Parts: sequence; structure tokens; C-alpha cells
Amino acid sequence: MEPVEIGLWGVPLAVLGGAIRVSTPFLFVSLGECLTERSGRINLGLEGTLVFGAMTGYALAYESGSPYVGVLAAALAGACFGLLHGWICKFRGVNDIAIGIALMLLGMGLAFFFGKPYIQPVAPDLPAINFGWWSDIPQVRAALQVNVLFLLGGLLAVAMAWMFRSTRVGLTLRVVGDSTDAARAMGLDPDRVRLLATAAGGALAGIGGAYLSLYYPGSWNEGISSGQGLMAIALVIFARWNPINCFWAALLFGGAGALGPALQSVGVSEGYYLFFAAPYVLTLGLLILTSSPDRAMQGAPLELSLTK
Amino acid sequence: MTTFGKLNRRHFLGTSAAALGAAALGGLARPAMAAGDLTVGFIYVGPKDDFGYNQAHAEGAAAVKEMAGVTVLEEENVPESQDVQNTMESMINFDGAGLLFPTSFGYFNPHILELAPKYADVRFEHCGGLWAEGNPTNAGSYFGYIGMGQYLNGIAAGHATKSKKIGFVAAKPIPQVLNNINSFLLGARAVDPEITCQVIFTGEWSLAVKEAEATNALADQGCDVITCHVDGPKVVCETAVARGAYVCGYHADQSPLAGDMYLTGAEWNWAGVYTDMVTKFMAGEAVPNFLRGGLADGFIKMSPLGPAVSDAGRAQFEAVKGEIMAGGFAAIKGPLKDNAGNVIAADGEAFVETDVALESMDYLVEGVLGSTS
Repeated sequence: MEPVEIGLWGVPLAVLGGAIRVSTPFLFVSLGECLTERSGRINLGLEGTLVFGAMTGYALAYESGSPYVGVLAAALAGACFGLLHGWICKFRGVNDIAIGIALMLLGMGLAFFFGKPYIQPVAPDLPAINFGWWSDIPQVRAALQVNVLFLLGGLLAVAMAWMFRSTRVGLTLRVVGDSTDAARAMGLDPDRVRLLATAAGGALAGIGGAYLSLYYPGSWNEGISSGQGLMAIALVIFARWNPINCFWAALLFGGAGALGPALQSVGVSEGYYLFFAAPYVLTLGLLILTSSPDRAMQGAPLELSLTK
Repeated sequence: MTTFGKLNRRHFLGTSAAALGAAALGGLARPAMAAGDLTVGFIYVGPKDDFGYNQAHAEGAAAVKEMAGVTVLEEENVPESQDVQNTMESMINFDGAGLLFPTSFGYFNPHILELAPKYADVRFEHCGGLWAEGNPTNAGSYFGYIGMGQYLNGIAAGHATKSKKIGFVAAKPIPQVLNNINSFLLGARAVDPEITCQVIFTGEWSLAVKEAEATNALADQGCDVITCHVDGPKVVCETAVARGAYVCGYHADQSPLAGDMYLTGAEWNWAGVYTDMVTKFMAGEAVPNFLRGGLADGFIKMSPLGPAVSDAGRAQFEAVKGEIMAGGFAAIKGPLKDNAGNVIAADGEAFVETDVALESMDYLVEGVLGSTS
């Protein structure tokens, strides 16, 4: 099909396409972190989990020939990192933030080490669903190529919000996250709950990594994440620990990241370094706008080391 | 930080021993080497199998490894910061390297310039830098006229494009990158003067997601041939092919990634250059401080033409390649303006490939859509 002249429409289209393409890792990592933080722990290691998940996913998809095996393996690897974090953190006097940073470096180091032989080979990609079939414009079709993992992430956000609000599991997580003492009085084991929540969070971050290496940009190299895992952790605070907000925040970041290249492509090329800072400027602006001295850290789990 | 302590102590011992007049002791501070043997260190800014810049150098290093009496050290992922000085010092002090190839652009100034005076008996050979009179004489810079390769890429692109729009994903607006962008467009304009080239800068040498977004944005604007100048062209190649655009390669051969959509590519050919330099160095011959070479000197080569290149394209490609091989070819020649309307070359004026003025290029020529800042 011949490309159609779309001119300035390229910008909103790129932001839409970018929101769909780039947001998925943000979404999975922030949902994972949201789950972990709701149980009262911070896992800063998710950047490392993301990179290790990307490597594991790519390696296993290449070895097995199936991208789904890769996604599963990435989730498993992520869960292992989460278990390790949860297990170490249950000891007295261990700081979860410090352990998180240590695990982040470990995850990246291991991923670089084991990932060496997989930089060159080409692994099978995850398929996409074409939601642009109604359009004759190839650019629209390309922008509306939606990966299953993105849809899954969206559903997961809704399911998680429902879980926190109306299920027993959600209640347990919230009690543990808000008051260790109350949880103990109820006969719950806070360490076990946190261990499982961190493992599940790690698994989600691993899936986010598999998306990076198996779909977009769709190859494994050492610079694949460029800090997206860390940004996603910050997104959770920005989203006030609400999974639905995590979804919108991830979309916003994905779209804002596409703004810089899209503006250059339509001729707004002066000061592109400034446009590349758009996601960060946006975060700052929104945080300032939504901040309030009266209800600081609203929605934050009370057991979080941030709030204590 | 223990390495720092060791380095300083060693250096201190070396210099104080020399101060005592026992010059031989200073020599003992370095690992002893058999006479005639040479340890060569290669330092890369990224992974050495990235289908790109670092892989091209690593292929050169592999050729050096085959030489008799040479030990090759390699270190990857060394940032363009104090880290590279630490790597160079440890290669010199602990492994006894006598010749170093720190290959990334940002290693030269200030890092090599700071270390070279301190280690006068070690040779520093840097890729891409501009060694000038007054710089340490045990440092040197080498580079290839790869802009000519991008000019040839442009000819293949000019024959393949239907939309008359071609695209370039670039990392940073440094002279080498600008020269490549300009050459790519001018090559295409040698086929059809109506062709324009859209450039998108990503701001970093290796940013996978941004490179993919840039490639998508180019495809959205109708660019149907895409090339790049980033460290690892893998992401750009794969994304462009997924969007149905032809690809011209850069740094190394990316035809395994792009298949039939691969037109040709401008590749480095460091194997010959490096073995030559090492041979000269071991024989004690002088290696020029400022070394440059092009297609004819074997510094660069072109990937074999892909099946999508038309017969007319092949003919023009080969003809221009012949002209470049003969020497004295100029891509930048008058009358030529930059894309802001300033005159770059008056009628009859030409900058041949070897012109040093091209190495401080700071403009994009008319027909390139984009800006350098």
C-alpha cells in the first residue's frame, strides 16, 4: 500500500501510536510495583528485573522458537527476583530500598552476562492484533497495531483495582500494607504476604521486559531499557497507588516519549533535546499541579518506608 | 576504589625510583614482556556484537589477534567518562599494553589527551578524533571517509525511493554524523534532485526505544528508504523493514536483519587498517598521528547490492564507486547551500573527500529536513 501524505497529523498519530507501543513496559512494571507497595514494601530492583526479563524472554524465545515461552520464562525469572527481595527483606534491620538497589544492579549485571550470546541472533516476535483494519491509511494501521500484552495490561489494571477494593486478597494486602500490627492481630503473616506480593510484582516486571525484547523495539541489547523501570516505579507514586491511574500514567509517558521524534519528523526540529525531556517535564508539572500541603502522600500505604 | 590506591602507589614507586636515578627500577614496575611481543588493548563504548560501530572494531581486533607475538585485550561497555581513563591505566599498568585503541568518539578529549603525557612510551590510537599539532605525539587519530559510503548508499536509495523522501535516524549532530546525512542526501540527489531527506536526532548513541520511535515517525511521513548513524543499527533496520521501508546499512553488514529490503550498506573495514598499524608499530616504523583513508585505501567497504536495486541503480552505483576509487571525488561541491540558505560552496568550489574542513562540518545541506540543534 502506498503511504498517504499525512503531514501534521503525524504528530497526534505518533503520540497515539507511541502511547500504545511504548507504554506497555511502564504499565507492567508500575502495576507490579503498585502491588508490592500496597503490601508495604518498595522494590526498587524492578529496573534490574525488567532488564533481566528482557534478556530471559529473548533468549528463551530464540532457543524454543516460541515468543510465548519467552514471556513465561521472563515472568518466572521476575518472580524469582521478587522472591529473593521478599525473602531478604523479612530479616530484621534490612532496608528494602537498599536491597532493591542491590538487586537492580545484580539483575542488570546478570542480564548482561548471560545475554552476551543473544545480542546477535534474531528471536521470533510476539504477534500484534490489527485494530486499524477499518482505515485505508497505512500510517493509521501501523499506529493501531496493538500487542496482546498491552490489552492484557489494561485488563490487569482493572482487575487489580477491583481486587484491592472488593476481594479478600485485596483486603489482606491492604491491611498488611497499612498496619503490620493490625495484620498480626488478624492472624495474618505480614512477611509471607509481602513475599508473595513482591514475587507477583517481579513477575509482572519480567513480562514488561519480555515486551521490550520481543515486541517493541523487539531486540535484546544492553541499552534496551534506558531507565524505563525506574521511571515506572516513580509512576506509582504519581498514580497514587491506584492501578487504573497507573494505566493512564503509562499511556501518558508512552505518548510523551513519542513526541520528540514525531515533532522532528514534521519539521519542528529546533531544540529537540527539550522535547525529549517532555515526559519528565510533564511529570514535574503534574506533580506540582496535583500536590497539596494538606493531603500529602494521599493513598500511600502507611507501612511504606517512604511514609514512615 | 582499591585499584586507585594500587595505581597511585605503583605510579609513585615508578617515579620515585626514577628520581633516585635507578631508571631500571621504573621499568620493573611494569609487567615484564618478552622482547618484540606487544599487548594491544581495544576499548569499546558498547557491546562488541551490536551489528554496528563496536562490532566493526571488534572484527578488526579479531584480525589483530591472529598476528604472531600479539596479545589482544578487549573491554566493552566503557562509558566516555573517567571510567575510560581507569580502563586505559589498568591495561597499561597491569597488563603491560603498549598500544591502545580507545575507539569511541568521546574518549579523545579530554581522556586520551590527559593520559598520553603521563605514559610517554605507550601509543594511543583514537578513532574519529582530530589529532592536531600540539597534541601529545604518542597519541594519534585515524578515521575513514565513510561519508563516501553514505553517498553510495544515497545512490541506491535514490533509485529505490518512490515517495522521493528518504529518512535518516541520527544520534548526535557531530561533524561525522552531519557529513553522513549530507552525503546520503547528495547521493540520492545525484539520481533525482527532487529527493529530500528527513533527519531525526535521538540525542544518544544507543537508545533502542527512541530509535524505534524515530524510525516509525519517518515511515509515517512517507520515507521509504531509511538509514542511520547510531551505534547499533539493529533496531532501526528491523523497525524500518516492519514498516515496509528499504534499508541502507551502516557500520557493519545488516543484510541478515533486513533480507530483501536491504539495498546496500557503508561498512568499516578495520581488519586491514589495524593489522597494518600493529605491524608498523612492532617494526618500530612511524605511524602517522593523523591517519585517514577511504574506499580505495580499504578503510571502508560497501555491502553487496541487494536484489531490490534496479539495473540502472547498479550501473550508477558501480560508476560512481569507480570514480571514488580513482580519488579526488567530492560530494560537497558548488553551487551548494545549507538548509538555512547560507552558501556552503560557491559555483566551481569543491570539498574533496580528504578535505580536513569536512571534519568540522556544522551544517545540513539544502534538501535535508532537520536542524543541528
